[in-house]
Amino acid sequence: MYPSRFRYEAPRSLDDAIALLQAGQGEAKVLAGGQSLVPLLKLRFAAPELLVDINNLPGLDYHRVDPDGTIRIGALCRHATLERSPLLVERQPTMAAAAPLVADPLVRNRGTLVGSLCHADPQGDWAAVVTALGGRVVAAGPRGRREIPIGEFVTGPFENALRYDEIAVEAVIPASKGQPAGGYLKLERRVGDFATAAAAVALELSGDVVTRAGIALCGVGPSTIDATDAGRALTGRTLTAAAIEEAADLAAAAAQPRTDHRGSAAYKRQVVRTFVTRILRNVVSTAERAA
Amino acid sequence: MTALDEIKIGGLGASRRRVEDNRFIRGKGTYIDDIVLPGMLHMEILRSPVAHARIRSIDTSKAWEIPGVRLVLTGDMMATRNLAWMPTLSYDTQAVLATDKVRFQGQEVACVIADDPYIAKDACEAIVVDYEPLPAIVNPTQAMAPDAPLIRDDKENQADNIAFHWQVGDKEGTDRAFAEADVISKISLHYPRSHPSPIECCGSIADFDRATGKLTVYLTTQAPHIVRAAVAMVAELPEHMIRIVSPDIGGGFGNKVPVYPGYVMSILASILLERPVKWIEDRTGNLISTGFGRDVYLDGELALRRDGRILAVRMHTTSDHGAFFGDAQPSKFKIGLMHSAFSCYDIPYAYLSATGVYTNKAPGGVAYRCSFRVTEAMFFQERMIEAAASDLGMDPAELRRINLVRDDDFPHRTAWGFLTDSGQYGRCLDVALEAIGYEEFRRQQAQAREAGRLLGIGISTMTEPLGAGNSREYDILGIKMFDSAELRVHLTGRAILRTGARTQGQGHETTWAQIVAHELGIPADDVLVEEGDTDTAPFGMGTYASRSTPVAGAAVAMAARKVRAKARKLAAHLLEVSEEDVEWELGRFHVRGAPDRGVTIQECAMAAYANMPDGLEPGLEASAYYDPPNLTWPFACYVVTVEVDPETGVWDVLNVVAVDDCGVRINPMVVEGQIMGGLTEAYAMASMQFITFDAEGNCIGSNFMDYLLPTAWETPGFELHEVVTPCPHHPIGAKGVGECATVGGPAAFVNAVLDALKPFGVRNIDMPLLPDRVHEAISRRRDVSGAPPVRTD
Amino acid sequence: MSPLFEEIIEEPASADVPTRRVAITVNGQRRVAEVEPRLLLAHLLRQGFKLTGTHLGCDTTNCGACTVLVDGKAIKSCTMLAVQADGHEVTTVEGLASMSELSPIQEGFKDEHGLQCGFCTPGMMLSATAMLAENPNPTEEDVRWALSGNLCRCTGYQNIVKAVLWAAAKMRGEEPSHEGAA
Repeated sequence: MYPSRFRYEAPRSLDDAIALLQAGQGEAKVLAGGQSLVPLLKLRFAAPELLVDINNLPGLDYHRVDPDGTIRIGALCRHATLERSPLLVERQPTMAAAAPLVADPLVRNRGTLVGSLCHADPQGDWAAVVTALGGRVVAAGPRGRREIPIGEFVTGPFENALRYDEIAVEAVIPASKGQPAGGYLKLERRVGDFATAAAAVALELSGDVVTRAGIALCGVGPSTIDATDAGRALTGRTLTAAAIEEAADLAAAAAQPRTDHRGSAAYKRQVVRTFVTRILRNVVSTAERAA
Repeated sequence: MTALDEIKIGGLGASRRRVEDNRFIRGKGTYIDDIVLPGMLHMEILRSPVAHARIRSIDTSKAWEIPGVRLVLTGDMMATRNLAWMPTLSYDTQAVLATDKVRFQGQEVACVIADDPYIAKDACEAIVVDYEPLPAIVNPTQAMAPDAPLIRDDKENQADNIAFHWQVGDKEGTDRAFAEADVISKISLHYPRSHPSPIECCGSIADFDRATGKLTVYLTTQAPHIVRAAVAMVAELPEHMIRIVSPDIGGGFGNKVPVYPGYVMSILASILLERPVKWIEDRTGNLISTGFGRDVYLDGELALRRDGRILAVRMHTTSDHGAFFGDAQPSKFKIGLMHSAFSCYDIPYAYLSATGVYTNKAPGGVAYRCSFRVTEAMFFQERMIEAAASDLGMDPAELRRINLVRDDDFPHRTAWGFLTDSGQYGRCLDVALEAIGYEEFRRQQAQAREAGRLLGIGISTMTEPLGAGNSREYDILGIKMFDSAELRVHLTGRAILRTGARTQGQGHETTWAQIVAHELGIPADDVLVEEGDTDTAPFGMGTYASRSTPVAGAAVAMAARKVRAKARKLAAHLLEVSEEDVEWELGRFHVRGAPDRGVTIQECAMAAYANMPDGLEPGLEASAYYDPPNLTWPFACYVVTVEVDPETGVWDVLNVVAVDDCGVRINPMVVEGQIMGGLTEAYAMASMQFITFDAEGNCIGSNFMDYLLPTAWETPGFELHEVVTPCPHHPIGAKGVGECATVGGPAAFVNAVLDALKPFGVRNIDMPLLPDRVHEAISRRRDVSGAPPVRTD
Repeated sequence: MSPLFEEIIEEPASADVPTRRVAITVNGQRRVAEVEPRLLLAHLLRQGFKLTGTHLGCDTTNCGACTVLVDGKAIKSCTMLAVQADGHEVTTVEGLASMSELSPIQEGFKDEHGLQCGFCTPGMMLSATAMLAENPNPTEEDVRWALSGNLCRCTGYQNIVKAVLWAAAKMRGEEPSHEGAA
């Protein structure tokens, strides 16, 4: 309940923040929404020497669409903003579906998408969604900025590719070349629970042909699972029953679940298969209704 | 002179808005952690990370060096005061701070008292304990294995891990009935370990004053007087110099009945330091070390005639009590009132045998929102009935109807010897089935099955014994289970009422005043209710086991009647007639035959102080100690409908109907609040709430990320109905109700899901019905039994 | 604090512990405190500012008993450092009403029996207050969703939901429906 002692700085510029991290020599942690970090501090599972609070950095609380359709989410954009975003409802159905399912309403008021990616929880919702979308993370450090594809950003359970003196300042979702479609389904034992299993499906459609498909999973592996085979199986095809079944089977095969008190490995695979099927069927029925 | 309207003065039957809410909605309640005393220090506890180990050494030197640390206590230091061990409520002993071994994960090993809790926690981290690991025993099978390591090697004459064997009933008669049965229906069940988890954890502030010799302890307790008695005995302090104050309690549900080691440590620390010492438990401590509920296995059998009549019941329970047998229940009933099972059914023969074992798990347990393990009893009963209906190929509602005790059979002696008092069981069942639309649902269910959809309906009917005593049979630590009230009417007709109970959300401050209004006609708003301070409240056994209204509430009525009897003398004096010529109406006495000549109860009160007759003792007050002649026996019928998703095993509740007959309702609004709260805990246990352990004895469920409580989102809506059969032996006809829905509800949810799964030949899934377990039952067409395993492959 | 005297406690222990000065507007009033960075906002409100209506019920950001509004948003004050509230506006349950006048939410909780032990109640009411500011005409489902970060152990939520709908009606100027009497 009571964190151990740490030093605390709340810089007002990104350069100052990076300088503090540099000086921290790896003993510093970045604090954004704090909805994962502060509980870890309270349980004393984390005891950094220095906390660099980036909440006072200007210009990071945004999510917007570039003229070319690229979606950018700043490091201080809260889950709640994304949950209420008309922009996502209009442009990005997978993200719109996931936003309300992250933690609970109170946590969503503080927590951030970028922070969630950095935390790299194998059960984290956003990592799966951004993976399905083929997104990237922008890291700012003393040597400037670099973009890290999400697949390289999440390096393992609770591990990311940031250097100790870098801050993740933005998540980037590439522009959809076709009509975006998809969804996110999560099996949780109750609201606010981590996923027993969840599937993110992000499609780009040209007419009824899938031009790009990303499918990613969380809760069913040591880290976020990118079910690339499943996505590839859909590319260039229409969403026939056979295509859906094939993709769902490949997604289930890509999962690496463990049996634990949330369910058996076989069960979690079955949930993945069911969820991928349901999302894809829903895409078909939504399209049919629109037509 | 128009008669007083009892509802308008907040009497019996008024849904009076709650008095206590005025402070709670303003954030002005005073819970334990809100109390700050001058010079107060803070205590934190270091707990064992392992389930079973010998303690080689404890090095506290680094903790002492931290600035702000005032005291570090270990078991050896407690032992010098003879306080390393304490008695439990079940005549066992429990370690306060471990000396020889730790026997469960989370056991108290040391504590630090410091200027603030952050520093105390820092210092706990600086304590180094050297453990020699021992094999952990995490279930009864392991505990009873012939070569099992002995957990309680501290006890003389304890050669194994058996805490008790116990039996009750007519074994031979039961055996005969089984020999003659057409059908024998057997089922084995597990009621998993659960935890009451009030949102407020436990805590204490001990304040020893050397100058006066007085020890004041603010404590999260449902039973302050029992604690005072226990402290007097354990700490060998004079009872009159101990004051226990139970402040506002943030929920109890049984969790705040026992005396916990943290309380004792804070008391000793305050005595040693001569400063107030506050201990506020964190949630992990609460979940892994304080009173749990359930953890009972059943082998149950019903002997049946082909036509559905139950001839006999045989039950064997095996209960897992953890490291110290600390059940909070009457001492002569080793497995509580398990033998109250089947009390609502007319069954000639019954036999129960019970074995309790020690394991390397948290000690206890407590009756979690339940009257001495009747939750297990009624769950087992209703699951056995459901299985029997399935075995007979009979409609489960019909099987219940055939066997329910009939209205003209009361009082009814059960096969296990209880005397149920009253009820309209068949009518409750009818009301419930009609409300849910039973026949129509069966039709829908059949249609849905054709379409591959799984609908299910589950019923639970039960009566349970609420309101211990009587004092002949019920005691805690030898103290008989009665309760008390003290009513003092001031000269202006306002009053103060104190009882030996302690509200934790049940609304006593509101409802006790309504009983006074009913008995005396004094408006409820004119009655202040106080509880929880042993210096001022009369001796009582506290609030748990749904006993407040049956026992303390009865005492309130009896005290009010004593006041009324004295007021009658004052009225006679004021009206200048003899007492026999005075008649009572609500709030007023009048002269027989002359209704206009009267005096109000308020005028009598004034006379008691300002105008009493010669020879009559001044003042207007009375106390009553109520020893109930019997338990009260409410009845309930719960019906739940669900739809199960065959692909994921997720089930949604469609409707919940609750029909409760708890006798006369003092405050219908409050009663309904109790029922809805109970139904929610029933749903929680059926669907998600359980604590399990891995092979090393690590507790899985040590925080609210793993131990799941339902939110507003999952919790279904409830449709409530009432039937009223007044309790024949309670002064105002009321029965207990607080726990009925928690006791009777779980089986309705489980029966509903299993009803949906009938096409798959599934007869049982043990709680909790997590989606993966339901899915396993569907996909493999088999039962899923036992505690959810902690599997890793 | 009386201007007559202020006792200075000289604690050699506390001298080398770094602290920071924070200024927080709590319930409309500017409050200044010197805090250790590790102090949780919930603890500053409770122990520092004596606003004990904000409760703590878990260690893991699950129960919501500590819910307060920070700049109008409902957040868990056990999962925010006190230093992070520097310069912000905080509303606690004590700020919902003056002692003489209750907010509609408070009235609704009392009228619909939306509380029993009262421990989760401040958090529930603050979550509900934030929701109603955003959505004055919520459905039952909206209310259940908005309160799903707050745990209650007593009520079964049904009356809490009714309480919030009661308050919503009242805030819209409608006559809230009453049940029962007295």
